Amino acid sequence: MKYSIFSLAKAALSGHKGWTRAWRDPAPKSHYDVVIIGGGGHGLATAYFLANEYGIRNVAVLEKGWIGSGNAGRNTTIIRSNYGLPGNTGFYEMSMKLWERMEQDLNYNAMVSQRGIINLYHSDAQRDAFARRGNTMRINGIDAELLDAAQIRKELPFLNYDSPRFPIMGGLMQRRGGTARHDAVVWGYARAADQRGVDIIQNCEVTGFVRDHNGKVTGVETSRGKISAGKVGMAVAGNTSRVAAMAGMKLPIESHVLQAFVSEAIKPLIPGVITFGAGHFYISQSDKGGLVFGGDLDGYNSYAQRGNMPVVEDVCEGGMAVMPMIGRVRMLRQWGGIMDMSMDGTPIIDKTPIDGLYLNAGWCYGGFKATPASGLVFAHLLARDEPHPEAARFRLDRFRRGAMIDEKGQGAQPNLH
Amino acid sequence: MRIACPFCGERENGEFTYLGDASPKRPNFAVDSGESPGGVEDAFYDYVYLRDNVAGYMREYWYHGGGCRSWLIAERNTVTHEFRSVTAAPGVGAAKPVQAGE
Repeated sequence: MKYSIFSLAKAALSGHKGWTRAWRDPAPKSHYDVVIIGGGGHGLATAYFLANEYGIRNVAVLEKGWIGSGNAGRNTTIIRSNYGLPGNTGFYEMSMKLWERMEQDLNYNAMVSQRGIINLYHSDAQRDAFARRGNTMRINGIDAELLDAAQIRKELPFLNYDSPRFPIMGGLMQRRGGTARHDAVVWGYARAADQRGVDIIQNCEVTGFVRDHNGKVTGVETSRGKISAGKVGMAVAGNTSRVAAMAGMKLPIESHVLQAFVSEAIKPLIPGVITFGAGHFYISQSDKGGLVFGGDLDGYNSYAQRGNMPVVEDVCEGGMAVMPMIGRVRMLRQWGGIMDMSMDGTPIIDKTPIDGLYLNAGWCYGGFKATPASGLVFAHLLARDEPHPEAARFRLDRFRRGAMIDEKGQGAQPNLH
Repeated sequence: MRIACPFCGERENGEFTYLGDASPKRPNFAVDSGESPGGVEDAFYDYVYLRDNVAGYMREYWYHGGGCRSWLIAERNTVTHEFRSVTAAPGVGAAKPVQAGE
């Protein structure tokens, strides 16, 4: 069923009883050309681009729970391309351009809303760093505006400009940044991939790899039986090390918990995304009215999908410092997701040393904004056996070569990225 | 999550700073050791970048900056956040014994 104003009107007139399911629920076949492990945004986007751009339609996406039940449903829905290092700038801008046409491509309302993202600065040094990043972005054809406090005050009058400790001196604005509805992104890619012949198989956990006598991966063992595959792609951020261990691989990745928060719903208050520059705090308002915010990792390795109180306190302190009126709003929900923290804060999209096994991992806490581009470049890698030009630097061997892409300059300490 | 420091007793985890997995050991390497440069490079690559990233009990370094300022080794389950043991880290802060393999 193609979604349009007419299908909506037709369904409304019949009491919304005519909607059909958006994707099939097939039993796994015995063989696929490509099997993708992980039914999150990245895995489903990969399947969509394989079918749509590269003509490979005999594809399965295997998900151990239900699609979008991992980080795709746990993030803070921010999209942006305000990066400063070669490798990142082009890749994330490609992703932003894909966000801008995603809803037309998928025939699905992903509620992409380019309401702007502003990174506040609080010192002269920080202003200079942001000016440099903004210039880098503009040289690369990405929009960026350096605003001073008076300009921001017109748009965001409620911020704490004159705090003696963290005065707001200005900010770097990317107006094309914003938010998207995270679940709708998952559902949109699932539906579009399914329409192009991809099998989405839920409640199907991969328990091992099938290898031939040369060690090549030729399929996967799953909780729903053995599935043979021409190629296997992993898109299981959070659990990458566990799945890689089944193939005997050790990776430059640690799993860490990141918490996020939603307040009770209030009337429209915050026009875009705001980030505090003197601590780690970012906030936006969802279309339902809840304030969506978050901050730092808890800092210790975790697979628990839940965090602890010190970070809750730290995030709320950040919120109070930049926007004191937030103290009058009650927190509604809080949750944790498991981040694939790589050793330089940048993702890894590459062939593995094992034939037939491909890796899409290490998204740290920036995976959501990358969903469309990650799907496109991973599909390119799976289809052509060579990296997409925009992902040519995201190689697994870059740590050995000393070619890290360390946007934050923290070195090999994943909990600091 | 509360951590039972062997010197201070049970404290909330905000007092502690995390370093990470305690199992990687800095390769014991001297310039004139005669080892092949490739082998040394492999060993350092493994030490600096690769992690087991255990799902389950893991030995890890914590620093009690909000208390006795000792380095500790805890055994903690990364899936449940449950601690099995917390002990003082031997040789931590003394670079030479650690380089010699503890």
